[in-house]
Amino acid sequence: MAKENRQLLQGNAACVQGALYAGMRFFAGYPITPSTEIAEGSARELPKLGGKFIQMEDELGSIAAIIGASVSGAKAMTGTSGPGYSLMLENIGYAFMTEVPVVVVNVQRGGPSTGLPTKVSQSDTMQARWGTHGDYSSITVAPSTVGDTLTETIRAFNLAERFRTPVTILLDEVIAHSREIIRIPEPGEYEVIDRVKPTCPPEEYLPYEITENYVTPMPAYGEGYRYHITGLTHDQHGFPTNKPSEIIVKLDKLKKKIENYKDEITKIRVEMMDDAEIAIISYGSVSRAALQATMLAREAGVKVGCIQLYTIWPFPEKELLELCGKCQKVIVGELNMGQIVHEVERILPRDISINTIQRYDGEILTPVQILEKLEEVL
Amino acid sequence: MATVTEKKAPKQKSDVTLHYLRPGKKFPNVWCPGCGIGIVMGAYIRALDKLGWDRNKVAMVSGIGCSSRMPVYLDFHALHTTHGRALPFATGVKFNRPDMNVVVITGDGDALAIGGNHFIHACRRNINITVILINNNIYGMTGGQGSPTTPSHSYSTTTPYGNAEKHFDPCTLAKAAGATFVARGTVANVPQLEKLASQALQHHGFSLLEVVTNCHTYYGRLNRMGDAVTMIQKFKEDAVMLGKAKKMTPEELEGKFIVGVLHEEEKTEFCDVYDQVVEHVSPK
Ligand SMILES: Cc1ncc(C[n+]2csc(CCOP(=O)(O)OP(=O)(O)O)c2C)c(N)n1
Ligand code: SF4
Repeated sequence: MAKENRQLLQGNAACVQGALYAGMRFFAGYPITPSTEIAEGSARELPKLGGKFIQMEDELGSIAAIIGASVSGAKAMTGTSGPGYSLMLENIGYAFMTEVPVVVVNVQRGGPSTGLPTKVSQSDTMQARWGTHGDYSSITVAPSTVGDTLTETIRAFNLAERFRTPVTILLDEVIAHSREIIRIPEPGEYEVIDRVKPTCPPEEYLPYEITENYVTPMPAYGEGYRYHITGLTHDQHGFPTNKPSEIIVKLDKLKKKIENYKDEITKIRVEMMDDAEIAIISYGSVSRAALQATMLAREAGVKVGCIQLYTIWPFPEKELLELCGKCQKVIVGELNMGQIVHEVERILPRDISINTIQRYDGEILTPVQILEKLEEVL
Repeated sequence: MATVTEKKAPKQKSDVTLHYLRPGKKFPNVWCPGCGIGIVMGAYIRALDKLGWDRNKVAMVSGIGCSSRMPVYLDFHALHTTHGRALPFATGVKFNRPDMNVVVITGDGDALAIGGNHFIHACRRNINITVILINNNIYGMTGGQGSPTTPSHSYSTTTPYGNAEKHFDPCTLAKAAGATFVARGTVANVPQLEKLASQALQHHGFSLLEVVTNCHTYYGRLNRMGDAVTMIQKFKEDAVMLGKAKKMTPEELEGKFIVGVLHEEEKTEFCDVYDQVVEHVSPK
């Protein structure tokens, strides 16, 4: 067997590796700490594969460019941090409405505004769900290690292509800039999904047809299928509409194609939950400390388990309810003033005590801090 | 638009436009009767038809505004985007697929206000995109507010006492920012417009065609300039060919505008240069 390809990489570099593995051939971006290495890595690697990298004039332009690249046939990504993600929201909404697959990485730093460029945060969690105006369902994934960043980036591309939707990867400064030795997967080791293309003759093609799974096949430019794409609410032909009956069909399509297939999208990691009386729920870099704290507490005989959310949106309601239903207590750990905890409160029965451990001073949560919280809650 | 009602008319010049209308689209269009945007569309289609391009290789990208509605009616790949952002979308299409002919349809507000930054940077890159900037000196779609080309002292719904600001000249701006083909035409001279459109489409590099047109519904009405015909007639009087303008004094040119190819040069094109990079770094 060939020697394993092991590399010492930071999270941002692993993100680029994952994207290339998934078939990314177009990247547009604008420099911003702590995400810049994603753009730099893409600038270096893409031309070697015949792919394209462009530094745009701003993030408004970056997201627009990757949507243009995607409709014309490329798998495309952009990377940014909070201030840039805020600017991108306009056309992330366009990608939701026009159902164009793209991947957007938000390496979170402290906010609001320019905030804390070099400090960690998880305060864009709700923004990833609801950031752009209007009603829509969205997909967001959150890795916690350099290794997961590679595999979650592959998964993000697969979800984008499968569901014809923008997918956000929420990284944070700690994962983005930590270096770990990871194994680069061999081709074929992970499934790579490509968008479904139409097989009907072009004159029969309905660009926003309501199909069985609500996802419409998507041709690339130049393949004979000429159709109209617009951010205006449109009918199945892609033409603007004001008809109530057609508006409902469109908005339901955006929702159902995701909400009806949550089982395909949800990914969580469950540790030591079998007999757990307390569950620690977390995502991103906090999950590393949560796992460590859980192991230490188990050694001391505490019946605690932990649940890591790789998929944040759509929120894994069914799974959390099943897993935590038998617990007496839950601790939600986040690097913000409380965002995902509201979702947990929304779904868990009232008799479960929901506790939080939060940090929003630009520093990470440590296993010791989580243990202290555990002691307090016991 | 006149060409649509003429569907059954015997063979005449506008037939070619009908040939390019998107099937299945319910007409009429969104434009006011007499709006110059339809004239621009006709000239553009006739120019494109003469070039004989495969319509699967044409992508029309637009922003938001009356002018930006054009791609919905035409049977090409059409990307009707967000306000001001047509150029970065078009940049994504063109850079990803240099084999596509990419045409941006935009308005003065779309290209120069909200999209001003994208506009200058697209010029700077000299990416092979053709921009048809339909300049009606006002925000038509939202009902007549001032735009970056609303002349000083002119009236709009947001400059009710006359515009206190100065206005942009899109052509001067484009040239300064690095565009390699810059031309201006008007809906009052359609044969010339068609010729300029053809030149702009064929230019290898960033090309801008500014078309001076009428929004009689708002700009005309608010500035007491008369109906569509009167406004277009006035453009005919005010448009001066570049050659003639060169012999005129600034005083003589006061209130006039210059039409023709204002700037043309050969420079390396962005996608070509990047292709060379790919060639250089990709493993042999
Ligand atoms: C982000 C955003 N801001 C504002 C608007 C509202 N809006 C729609 S069209 C338009 C102006 C269009 O003017 P122009 O580009 O000159 O085109 P015209 O309608 O005159 O052809 C504005 C402000 C919008 N659609 N999006
Ligand atoms: S409002 Fe003005 S620009 Fe818009 S269609 Fe009417 S005349 Fe044309």
